[in-house]
Amino acid sequence: MKTIADHILDIVQNSTRAGANLIEIIVVEDRKRNLYVVEIQDNGAGMSPEVLKQATNPFFTSRKTRKVGLGLSLLKQNAEQAGGGLQLFSAPGKGTTVQATFQFDHLDRPAPGDLAEVFLLAAIGHDKVRFCYRHTTGSGSFSIDTAELAETLGEVSLAVGEVRRAVAELIQNNLEAIGATR
Amino acid sequence: MEKITSLADLKRIKEQVQSKIKLREQSASAEKLVQIRVGMATCGIASGAKETMSFLIEETEHQAIDAVITQTGCMGYCYAEPTVEVTLPGRQPVIFGHVNRERAREIIDRYIIKGELIDGMIPVNFKTIDE
Repeated sequence: MKTIADHILDIVQNSTRAGANLIEIIVVEDRKRNLYVVEIQDNGAGMSPEVLKQATNPFFTSRKTRKVGLGLSLLKQNAEQAGGGLQLFSAPGKGTTVQATFQFDHLDRPAPGDLAEVFLLAAIGHDKVRFCYRHTTGSGSFSIDTAELAETLGEVSLAVGEVRRAVAELIQNNLEAIGATR
Repeated sequence: MEKITSLADLKRIKEQVQSKIKLREQSASAEKLVQIRVGMATCGIASGAKETMSFLIEETEHQAIDAVITQTGCMGYCYAEPTVEVTLPGRQPVIFGHVNRERAREIIDRYIIKGELIDGMIPVNFKTIDE
């Protein structure tokens, strides 16, 4: 995974596989405490304590199609390489929260990547799932919610070119306004 | 053009395009749509599925193909990622491997539009990706 955005898209896929219909993506840039924190919360099936313990083991997966599960392992590795770490909170029926912490100024912190693109791809790729994305920096906060978008757009699909580009621009302009790192 | 910064701006754009686009409901029913699913698990993303999906969205729209593009997980063909499953109306799903931009273009131009079979299909797909 090259960017934090790639990781987000990856973890979101875990959430949708767990049957989540509400996924929250929360990014906090805290330069004072030198932290870049990414949190993905879902209301999916959740994990039992036994599964939770194994979740970051690359040789563990709940899939039957292959024997490795690298998504969380790679995120954990990247976070730890950047002086941070990965925390998981989950219980059966309670959903899962994945929190990855990076040292903001660490050389090995991956670049954020195109967060607007990832939000759009996730939303278009899973049109039955509600996505909320909130990005907070020292100078402000921006949030966007696919339920809110659906209300604004009515019967026009988010996948329509002009709309897609407009939403990407909306996200990028707002991220720029709060001085989000690129 | 003005900067888009709020939902109100977005609404304006929506109203501009609303009259231009032919709405899904009026055009093809679900059975007539080309269904495209992009494998977007760890292996897919690491091999560039994000670019593939963006390209498929843009190109099907550009060529005015009625397509629904969604994401799916991994079906164990990690060596062949990015993988894309294409279901033409009334046909069995077909899975293609190693789908970068060039391959995606070939799939659209030859398989989706002309219905030709092309190289690089993953042959053993008796069932569709449901993971």
